[in-house]
Amino acid sequence: MGFEIEQPCVELSKVAVSETHGEDSPYFAGWKAYDENPYDELTNSSGVIQMGLAENQVSFDLLEKYLEENSEASTWGKGAPGFRENALFQDYHGLKTFRTAMASFMEQIRGGRAKFFPDRVVLTAGATAANELLTFILANPGDALLVPTPYYPGFDRDLRWRTGVNIVPIHCDSSNNFQITPQALEAAYQAAEAKNTKVRAVLITNPSNPLGATIQRSVLENLLDFVTRKNIHLVSDEIYSGSVFSSSEFVSVAEILEARNYKNAERVHIVYSLSKDLGLPGFRVGTIYSYNDKVVTTARRMSSFTLISSQTQHLLASMLSDKKFTENYIETNRERLRKRYNMIIEGLKSVGIECLKGNAGLFCWMNMSPLLEKKTREGELELWNAIVHEVRLNISPGSSCHCSEPGWFRVCFANMSEETLEVALERIRSFMERIKKE
Amino acid sequence: MKLLSTKATCNSHGQDSSYFLGWQEYEKNPYDEVMNPEGIIQMGLAENQLSFDLIESWLDKNPDVPGFKSNGKSIFRELALFQDYHGLPSFKKELVDFMAEIRGNKVTFDPNHIVLTAGSTPANETLMFCLAEKGEAFLLPTPYYPGFDRDLKWRTGVEIVPIQCTSSNNFQITEPALQQAYQDAKKRNLRVKGVLVTNPSNPLGTTMSRSELNLLIDFIKDKNMHLISDEIYSGTVYSSPGFVSVMEILKERNDLKDCDVPVGDRVHVVYSLSKDLGLPGFRVGAIYSENEVVVGAATKMSSFGLVSSQTQYLLSAMLGDKKFTKNYISENQKRLKRRQRMLVSGLQKAGISCLKTNNAGLFCWVDMSHLLHSNTFEAEMDLWKKILYEVRLNISPGASCHCTEPGWFRMCFANMSEDTLNLAMKRLKAFVAAESNDNACSKRTSRRKSLSNWVFRLSSRDHREQEER
Repeated sequence: MGFEIEQPCVELSKVAVSETHGEDSPYFAGWKAYDENPYDELTNSSGVIQMGLAENQVSFDLLEKYLEENSEASTWGKGAPGFRENALFQDYHGLKTFRTAMASFMEQIRGGRAKFFPDRVVLTAGATAANELLTFILANPGDALLVPTPYYPGFDRDLRWRTGVNIVPIHCDSSNNFQITPQALEAAYQAAEAKNTKVRAVLITNPSNPLGATIQRSVLENLLDFVTRKNIHLVSDEIYSGSVFSSSEFVSVAEILEARNYKNAERVHIVYSLSKDLGLPGFRVGTIYSYNDKVVTTARRMSSFTLISSQTQHLLASMLSDKKFTENYIETNRERLRKRYNMIIEGLKSVGIECLKGNAGLFCWMNMSPLLEKKTREGELELWNAIVHEVRLNISPGSSCHCSEPGWFRVCFANMSEETLEVALERIRSFMERIKKE
Repeated sequence: MKLLSTKATCNSHGQDSSYFLGWQEYEKNPYDEVMNPEGIIQMGLAENQLSFDLIESWLDKNPDVPGFKSNGKSIFRELALFQDYHGLPSFKKELVDFMAEIRGNKVTFDPNHIVLTAGSTPANETLMFCLAEKGEAFLLPTPYYPGFDRDLKWRTGVEIVPIQCTSSNNFQITEPALQQAYQDAKKRNLRVKGVLVTNPSNPLGTTMSRSELNLLIDFIKDKNMHLISDEIYSGTVYSSPGFVSVMEILKERNDLKDCDVPVGDRVHVVYSLSKDLGLPGFRVGAIYSENEVVVGAATKMSSFGLVSSQTQYLLSAMLGDKKFTKNYISENQKRLKRRQRMLVSGLQKAGISCLKTNNAGLFCWVDMSHLLHSNTFEAEMDLWKKILYEVRLNISPGASCHCTEPGWFRMCFANMSEDTLNLAMKRLKAFVAAESNDNACSKRTSRRKSLSNWVFRLSSRDHREQEER
């Protein structure tokens, strides 16, 4: 659905009719193929398997068990005491118990290596809102954010659409596992300057989407030095922080700030959400954690446009305050994701497909460049088309993530049963065998 | 200092106005029947607390619903994963049915034309993003909800140009006022994209008349612009002449298709469950429009403020219970009517009148101009402070609603118990009596109260904003 409308004489805004919502990219076209022919184990075993959706479905049983044993978290108890107060609560500071539980959950995820103060937690309806909000606060229309490639396709809309802010890519490539180098950072900054565009911040996702890998400590240190030198901000979207397969491998920018005694911390802002770690994207729970008082105050006021349902805050305050539950959840979830990851990596390896060495997230970054006829974006899209329509797997082409090297694909593994994953791997095996023969 | 955007550093969020002083003072000294009977009574908060028991009783009878069960089966996973910005189909259907029911089923709404948002705050902002560019303007009749200054202007850069309404005709919108506003915008070099009205009105607490609605339709037809009708209080109409939605007018008229863009494509309704159902915390708002391009763009924009699927499910079940909704709508209106009568008669006993046409909303629009020491907004502010600190009632001064005439105040009645309301009226009566004595004395003693201590007692801590709708 494009926006080819004849300009009505009562105009809508440029924002309304623009395409910066980004929804015409192949990322969304793959969804269409899936929607039209979705795989189902029983009723449609030849359908398209959805591997383009970074959802975490491996740990629902833990959540369901909690809900069963703690029904007052969702029902306000018999006679619904507390219902009125909850229904009336629209304070943009958020439920204190929930903020506190969220701060402590974020600490637990980082193995207690960083402290989070509840008063610095600002609540938003999802990380989508959090990222847009921060962009409104940190940049003016026409300014730019530097974002390392490949990046989550949704950023094109979330960071740019209504804000009028630009994204200037920090080009990363496979020569060093797509890590951000000082040269690439500087080059991106210069590129923005050359266009007379003011750079306001660097925005990273750590662990990375779509790479499925954590950012190394040295790279983070370098980033902090860079933003300090240039007097700009650093936004660290840590939405996948609870999905790291091994806790010790994740270094949050929060830890580094603490080690530096919070020097220059007021330029750093962390985004988090429960959509990936807890598998609750429908509940719209995001947060901004900022070390900058003015940003906290402004973000809080702006969050009026995107508050979290108090019903949901109540439920999650209860769940996340239960330390026994959260500890067990974090550990078990991590373990299950690691198992899934190994399963898919081994499966792909056995048919000669290599992936980037990953250690986090709900997906792997698969290298199919050896299979490309033409090592171009078109070549990649041709291969992608074949995979979607012949192999019937919806995966995300690297070009939709602005990857500078053709042939890479993001493949999700946590949004399906093990059986379905096995079916997907089997289809890939057959596909690879067919190719070898040709 | 690390640079922040202009939006972050400007004051268009409007939160530093002295208006918020009232909320602050209330927080420091809140009335409590038992613990703090001398405290400040909050009458600046348009909340509906009169009908919670009806909802609580429904919840008691339907414990499965908040427990994520449907037909005995758990649907937790499906809900947890459901983030489709098209919204839960069952909820949209029940919501449009509810909206139709509130309008006596004189109009119906297509669930495919509704966009769900986290409250009406983002609904209004989203419509600004969709209908206007930065620097363009919308006309709003005064007095209007103070929050609009933030909601419509802050991040969008859109301007508000007031349509000045006066007490001479109970603050109704007139053609000259509309034209004047349009000219005012022109003088300011502002391109007007539309008119935004709240119907029933906040802070007036009145429904818009058929003739006003027709006037508005004529105006936007002629000037080729949009009309947004925020009908957030549509379920709170408790006496005649009853609620007429702009959608009804559109249905009745047959002259609206003979222009390049049918008028029906330029009218957009905003709704929310915050006032009618008393659920502001649940963040349930909606935009309704027949304009598919607007619906398309607004739907995508709703990504930035979706309604929690947990909440969508709960409300789809509640609103789907037609026995419940029928009873709720009528019982809620009855209780509001009764409460309003209490406030009006209490005010009468204090020699204070309110807008005669008050027939809706959670508040009265009260005329205290006779208590002003001069016909100025300064005097209004002085009176407001006296009422805050001496009478210990937090009410909303008309100036904060951009009213053109000093002396009007909005007083809420649905967010407290009957006893508390009675006490508030008692205090007010005593104050007015004392004031008239004072006035008699002051001619001789010319005593002047200095209010500067109170004015400048600003807290250095960030204070909680209050949604003063």
